[in-house]
Amino acid sequence: MTTPADPLAAEVPPKKPKAQPDGMVEKRGAGLWLTHLGLILGVLFIFFPIWLAFVASTVTQPEIVRPPMPLWPGDRFFENYGKALTSGINAPVALMLFNSAVMALGIALGKIVISLLSAFAIVYFRFPGRRVFFWLIFLTLMLPVEVRIVPTYEVAASFGMLNSYSGLIFPLIASATATFLFRQFFLTVPDELAEAARIDGARPMRFFWDILLPMSRTNIAALFVILFIYGWNQYLWPLLITTDPSMNTIVMGIKQMFPSGDDVADWPVIMATSILAMVPPIIVVISMQRLFIRGLVESEK
Amino acid sequence: MATVTLENLRKSYGPTEVIHGVDIDIADGEFIVIVGPSGCGKSTLLRMVAGLERVSAGEVRIDGTRVNDVEPMDRNIAMVFQNYALYPHMSVFENMAYGLKIAGTPKPEIAERVSDAARLLQLEDYLGRRPRELSGGQRQRVAMGRAIVRKPAVFLFDEPLSNLDAKLRVQMRLEIKQLQRRLGVTALYVTHDQVEAMTLADRMVVMNAGVADQIGAPLEVYARPQTAFVAGFIGSPPTNFVAAQLLRPGAPDGARLGVRPEHVRVVSPGEGALQARVMYAEPLGAETLVHLKLADDALFTLRQDGTAPVPEEGAEIGLAWDDDAQMLFGPDDRRLQG
Amino acid sequence: MEKRVTFQGVLLPLLLVLPQIVVTAVFFFYPAGQAIWQSLFIPDPFGLSMRFVGLGNFEFLLSDPYYRASFVTTAIFSSLVTVVSMGVALYLAVLADRLIKGSGTYRTLLIWPYAVAPAVAGVLWLFMFNTRVGVVTWYLGLLGYDWNHVLNEGEAMGLVVVASAWGRISYNFLFFLAGLQAIPKSVIEAAAIDGARFWTRFRTIVFPLLSPTTFFLLVVNVVYAFFETFGVIHTITSGGPQQATTILVYKVFADGFVGQDLGSSAAQSVILLVVVSVLTVIQFKYIERRVHY
Repeated sequence: MTTPADPLAAEVPPKKPKAQPDGMVEKRGAGLWLTHLGLILGVLFIFFPIWLAFVASTVTQPEIVRPPMPLWPGDRFFENYGKALTSGINAPVALMLFNSAVMALGIALGKIVISLLSAFAIVYFRFPGRRVFFWLIFLTLMLPVEVRIVPTYEVAASFGMLNSYSGLIFPLIASATATFLFRQFFLTVPDELAEAARIDGARPMRFFWDILLPMSRTNIAALFVILFIYGWNQYLWPLLITTDPSMNTIVMGIKQMFPSGDDVADWPVIMATSILAMVPPIIVVISMQRLFIRGLVESEK
Repeated sequence: MATVTLENLRKSYGPTEVIHGVDIDIADGEFIVIVGPSGCGKSTLLRMVAGLERVSAGEVRIDGTRVNDVEPMDRNIAMVFQNYALYPHMSVFENMAYGLKIAGTPKPEIAERVSDAARLLQLEDYLGRRPRELSGGQRQRVAMGRAIVRKPAVFLFDEPLSNLDAKLRVQMRLEIKQLQRRLGVTALYVTHDQVEAMTLADRMVVMNAGVADQIGAPLEVYARPQTAFVAGFIGSPPTNFVAAQLLRPGAPDGARLGVRPEHVRVVSPGEGALQARVMYAEPLGAETLVHLKLADDALFTLRQDGTAPVPEEGAEIGLAWDDDAQMLFGPDDRRLQG
Repeated sequence: MEKRVTFQGVLLPLLLVLPQIVVTAVFFFYPAGQAIWQSLFIPDPFGLSMRFVGLGNFEFLLSDPYYRASFVTTAIFSSLVTVVSMGVALYLAVLADRLIKGSGTYRTLLIWPYAVAPAVAGVLWLFMFNTRVGVVTWYLGLLGYDWNHVLNEGEAMGLVVVASAWGRISYNFLFFLAGLQAIPKSVIEAAAIDGARFWTRFRTIVFPLLSPTTFFLLVVNVVYAFFETFGVIHTITSGGPQQATTILVYKVFADGFVGQDLGSSAAQSVILLVVVSVLTVIQFKYIERRVHY
């Protein structure tokens, strides 16, 4: 820490006398409190919509419809959540949660597996078509499903994938972001490890399984978090591909709970569903926070 | 235990040839050190023996059998890498046992061989640790242990000591030599450090730009360098070179005379073969290095005993040496006279 | 960058890339090709045959006032989302970075809206600003302001912008905080010793050093606003009122699935494809540069 006694400070003649001792880097006293205040305001801004949703999910419909609604939770927590989970409006939310989980896990695991394999191939082998393959992969980077939505829908429909888990999962696996990330990581693995493994007698798949995979554990976990959330939060694709309410995912199902026309929405149930839709990804993010931040900041940069 | 033969070994990357035909015969149990500056092709040569680089032309034979197209694991070799290449997620035990495990060696035998190697290398207390929990010297030992447990016919070392600090390097150098003697295994060792080469080698190979300039016992190479490059590379401080015509009118154009600093004596000005001015002296205790400037501004170094009087800076002195200490190199840098 | 070591073999690597090839070919390249192909045709009203029109769909689109309006809407929307979310995030990150202790706690508190789906964020904000039951609407009414985003175009835009930016703050915050923490403390201390006050330090030292992060986030946020905000728009305004919040992606959806105008929708997809490709190239140029640091 720099203090007034810092030898470096003594060498540099001060241009002007410091008005206060906190001319240095960190704040103390009032400044510190202002910093905290600013951050707390930010946290409140982030929290407020979620708090309101939570409150709405614990009160009765009349309490909401007659504004202003209360700002403190009511006593209907179990009724509202129970109703949402077991019957919902179009389909039980428990079922939608299950569908979301299948889709999110399918996308995350599927993408990780095929990306690990293909990244291993393009980094550790020289095979005909490798360059072409490499560039095809890069073409898919960052082109989201939204851009080619209509033809993709037609493809899925022609395979009979409407209202199916495979229809929810496969089109969203078709991009190479994860392959790119694993390739970047594999390139940082020292060449000598593969050489040592070869001298130790490891064939390619053995090296992949015994050495490369265990070394990629953190990357895999971080990518899992990112892909799980990506999959869980999909909206447009499930909206198109699932017409049967029993195949709805929770994120797209919420909108379906709003009545068409002038009927009044069942706000407590809708808000309970919204909360339920947030809980699994939030748990994943918070519980794997360190991995997730590392994965995000390192991989996307 | 095995012999290793390299016959007219060549390596090219595309149209560029980097190894221009190397021949070496290594006897069973011999310790061969390949030494040369970085980029001379010494590591490539070693990696061809290991089977990590394809041989472009020529042959590698281990125990008389051609192994050009044999996988590394089937060549009966083990290798110690410069950065050790330990598997970071495995314990010391697992690192050493990995090759045996793949070979399908029974568990009790793996345990026995690993613990033998660990005892030999004083690693018994560290078998459960991960590589990152070890010091540099310990990692180095693990890398050697991994090589030992496989009981290979040939040990290959790729600059194994260059990541260690100076003190540890000296200690590990001794350990490697003792270990190789004890196991009686053939060893091929690559380094850029001539001291390592001199102390470890039964015979050394001095490489220069993809060519093996000279092969021989260390003292033999030191005493009778076959090329100007070898004379300059082996020995410290390096050999002084002067244009041969300066001392021998009639010598061919471009020929040079080499004299090692330790063979030069100070004589009175006007006497001796050359005249020089003292620039500065470095007394190192046991010896003193005197840096000189010749009449044509060329630099010249002499090395004298620490007890000898140190010449003053700026002083004019004469330089003399015995006739058999001077080496004549032709314009192609090859040795002309013995 | 290439590996020095490679394994031998041809069949094995081909088998390894096969799953990705198949999935990408079927669900990426084929549909993308179809989009380009269909963009050159107009289907007859019964969908029985296709008439080749060359670039007709594009000409029509570019002269269509609705499409051009959608372009403008997208530009306004994505600029606002990017500026708001990055601005708030940078402000919070700078504050959090000044704390020696506790920045981790705030990070935990601020990080998790990243996990909230844009569509869910839309529902949350819709609920607050609902014209009948919204709490904020009610309090605004007390202040004499009659909030009605269902009818008022500006309010509709404001609401989708805030809802979209809200969900994005944590992401930007994480990157800004990481970027700030990567700036060597000694540099800042040197500036402090030179007499630079906080704001001067931020303007002349911190912000320039942060520019790689800022630039990266700029591109990423624009892409986010272009595509991933579909859920927000769909839940809150459905593109209305009078198409005031119909961004390009929403229009692809509306024309293709609701309006069943496949040729036009495909042409719009192709235009989007070009836009994203340009953004991708920019991003890659940036990544390339980073590699040389």
